[in-house]
Amino acid sequence: MTLFLTKRIAIGVLTLLVASIVVFSIMEILPGDPARIMLGMNAAPEALATLREQMGLNVPLVERYANWIAGMAVGDFGNSYTYRSPVIELIAERAIVSLPLAVISLVLSTVIAIPVGIFAAARRGRLGDTVSMGTAQIGVAIPNFWFALLLIYVFAVWLRLVPAGGFPGWAGGIWPGVKALILPSIALALPQAAILARVTRSAMLEVLGEDYIRTARAKGMPRRYVLWRHALRNAMIPVLTILGLQFAFLLAGTIIIENVFYLPGLGRLVFQAITQRDLIVVEGVVMLLVASVVLVNILVDIAYAMVDPRLRARA
Amino acid sequence: MSLLEIEKLRLSIGNFEVLRGVDLHIDQGEVLGLVGESGSGKSMTALTLMRLLPELARTSGRVTFDGIDILNAPEAAMNKLRGDDIGMVFQEPMTALNPVKTIGEQVAEGIRWHTGANRKDAENRARTMLDRVGLPEAKFPLSRYPHELSGGQRQRVVIAIACALQPKLLVADEPTTALDVVLQAQILDLLRDLVDERKMGLLLISHDLAVVADMADRVTIMRHGEVMDTGETARILTEKKHPYTRQLAEASMHVPARTPRFVPPPLSPPDKGEGDADAATGSGSSVPGGKLIGKSSASTSPSPSWGGARGGGAPSQRDAAQSSRNAQTGPLLVLEHVTRDYAGRRRSFFSKPEPFRAVRGVSFALHEGQSMALVGRSGCGKSTLARMILALDRPSSGSIRFAGEELTTKSEAELRPSRRNMQVVFQDPYGSFNPRHKVERLVAEPLHLLELQPSRNEKRQMVAQALAEVGLSTADMDKYPHEFSGGQRQRLSIARALITRPKLIVADEPVSALDVSIRAQVLDLFADLNQRLGVAYLFITHDLMVARAITDQVMVMHEGEIVERGDTAAVLDGPQSEAGRMLVAASPDLDRALARRRAAASI
Repeated sequence: MTLFLTKRIAIGVLTLLVASIVVFSIMEILPGDPARIMLGMNAAPEALATLREQMGLNVPLVERYANWIAGMAVGDFGNSYTYRSPVIELIAERAIVSLPLAVISLVLSTVIAIPVGIFAAARRGRLGDTVSMGTAQIGVAIPNFWFALLLIYVFAVWLRLVPAGGFPGWAGGIWPGVKALILPSIALALPQAAILARVTRSAMLEVLGEDYIRTARAKGMPRRYVLWRHALRNAMIPVLTILGLQFAFLLAGTIIIENVFYLPGLGRLVFQAITQRDLIVVEGVVMLLVASVVLVNILVDIAYAMVDPRLRARA
Repeated sequence: MSLLEIEKLRLSIGNFEVLRGVDLHIDQGEVLGLVGESGSGKSMTALTLMRLLPELARTSGRVTFDGIDILNAPEAAMNKLRGDDIGMVFQEPMTALNPVKTIGEQVAEGIRWHTGANRKDAENRARTMLDRVGLPEAKFPLSRYPHELSGGQRQRVVIAIACALQPKLLVADEPTTALDVVLQAQILDLLRDLVDERKMGLLLISHDLAVVADMADRVTIMRHGEVMDTGETARILTEKKHPYTRQLAEASMHVPARTPRFVPPPLSPPDKGEGDADAATGSGSSVPGGKLIGKSSASTSPSPSWGGARGGGAPSQRDAAQSSRNAQTGPLLVLEHVTRDYAGRRRSFFSKPEPFRAVRGVSFALHEGQSMALVGRSGCGKSTLARMILALDRPSSGSIRFAGEELTTKSEAELRPSRRNMQVVFQDPYGSFNPRHKVERLVAEPLHLLELQPSRNEKRQMVAQALAEVGLSTADMDKYPHEFSGGQRQRLSIARALITRPKLIVADEPVSALDVSIRAQVLDLFADLNQRLGVAYLFITHDLMVARAITDQVMVMHEGEIVERGDTAAVLDGPQSEAGRMLVAASPDLDRALARRRAAASI
């Protein structure tokens, strides 16, 4: 198990390194001079040169990359060109919105999708299966921003249960904050849940056709018991795979949803940074997102090993 | 009143009638053999009495077990019955156990469910049961997972699950079909002992008459969902009054009429080490003495009997020509000290993994037109050896020469001419075809190996000819594989193997997935092609009946080594090696089993 973990972490670090090179290179290729953006179109050439000097934009490429990496390793992501404050502070400020949003969506999609998938598999071909999978199909097809607008209209404008957008911060207690995140979480979770439910259903159906399910039934175990105690754990492997992959999409999804709900999260931060050519912020946030995806995938691998003894043995 | 009574049982799934009025009964402590070919409905009969049928199944008739009306019992009552009063053992042990649960959990689960015992008591009972089926605690603690066990051991676990609660009836559906003969004998012994010691009834489902003759007091023979013949085993299988019984018995004993095309001179028995190669290559009459082997003791004159031994008619011109070519070029296939190591599993981060040696220094020679069997238990290395001969894998050391060409050092491109001359037939006629391709394309597949690509018309002609050779018609060219039966599909794979006019066909258990009557036809086909086209065969099998039916010589493989080699009849009638003796002793034999049964009855 320790060997397995060491291997997985080593692969994770390598992934991060490769990602950092890609992110850095893309940002270098993109047009737009940060110094000029900060000083405006009519800036004097001398002032520009001084600023570029200050920002370390004059040193060679490789050195700049090395500085960037070394800085990130100690938590120094550099200073934002437009906000003129450290990137790490910006990220911390925004993460307290985005992180709960992502976690709530992930939990929401999982607790909805897996039972629905199991239910549909247990009732294969019957009404319950058709209805739940039909709904899931709609969930996959609807764009989440449109669904978000629909939610706002129904729950915020019409029923006035929750705010239509914005974020009050956590200072006023947990409940107002959570209340502001409910609709965005649902909008974000819907397509995830729909896909996950379909995956769960097909994984369960496959497992339910296995010989060992028949063995368990021949032991006298009732259908329901066999479903939960024998089939579910075996069906978890593909479900976990999709869950790990979906996390990355979830993070990407926050960019749109945070804009729809006017939430001051990482998604909006990165969106604004891109439009303002604030490359250092973009780099920082993207690296953070990559790191979290890598982390989630390591967790998924550990979960694999917990579910399946064969993978444990191979590890 | 019998323990189990089935009367006029009819079963249909969708619009298909699976069972059409089946009657059978089993008394307490009695073993009933249920025999039939695939599709005869024997497994469905078993699933009916467990009430584990597919959802769309409709049944009528009566199934009474221990006074309970099975077809009309509520599901809760069936749950009580299953695993407690009726245990079931399945065909495929590799998939019958849940891979994510320990064997202890899986055996104890049923005990807890039915008796309400606490975990500890249930585990104690599970432990006792696993000990009983031959899985002692020291090597097989309850915490083992199925993937850590071999097929035979897993089948023991399944039997432990089925017998844990002393059921009144045990249903065993082809319990040994997926195992090699030695394991089969062990599992059958175990079942017999359990049945005797607990006075269980046993419904033994099998397609193998020899197994049933060995095990069953009474036998019921089914075909197309109907009972053909039923009665006391010895009487039914000896008198063979019913035509279908006779047909089955004859098919399962079938030996194609054939005469060996190649009769090698007598061999010296192989001895260990250096001598192995000598014995192997020396067996070829035409090896120039002393060239391949250190000692020149082997005969150097061409075999006088080759080709001449053919029954009926004088040796043909071609035989003579091949005979002389054979003399010039030497054996078709020569293996010398072939060894294959696989990387073992790394035990810790620092230690070097210990390699696993699958094949150890194998040497032998195969001549043109010769039919050779490679027999051995599962895991003895025979399939690894076959893969290396087919150049699908390379040996770690040693040399393989095919038609004089060294295979082991060649690149994929250089191997093409050799590949043309050797083809393969696999075990599973269902899995070895792409279901979306038509027969024409499937059978023509190996033609890409030809140097001169034939035109479309020529291709069609070649396919037509290959199909004709295996007894299929030209019209079959435009069909898809699913339109053929199992036996016909195996004919297709033989046609595919034949189309490049190979000198050697390697056949890996080519008939073990087939029903006895189809198996007899396919064996006839193999024999016929060997006679007509002079193809050499290497048959890989654990079924000695197949080896006896179709080969001139047998090699017995054990733990990666060839431990015995000789003329088929000689080896199978009087095996010299320990491994050979074990195989022969474990092989089911209809005549032997019936003789034993009669002897027991007359006492």
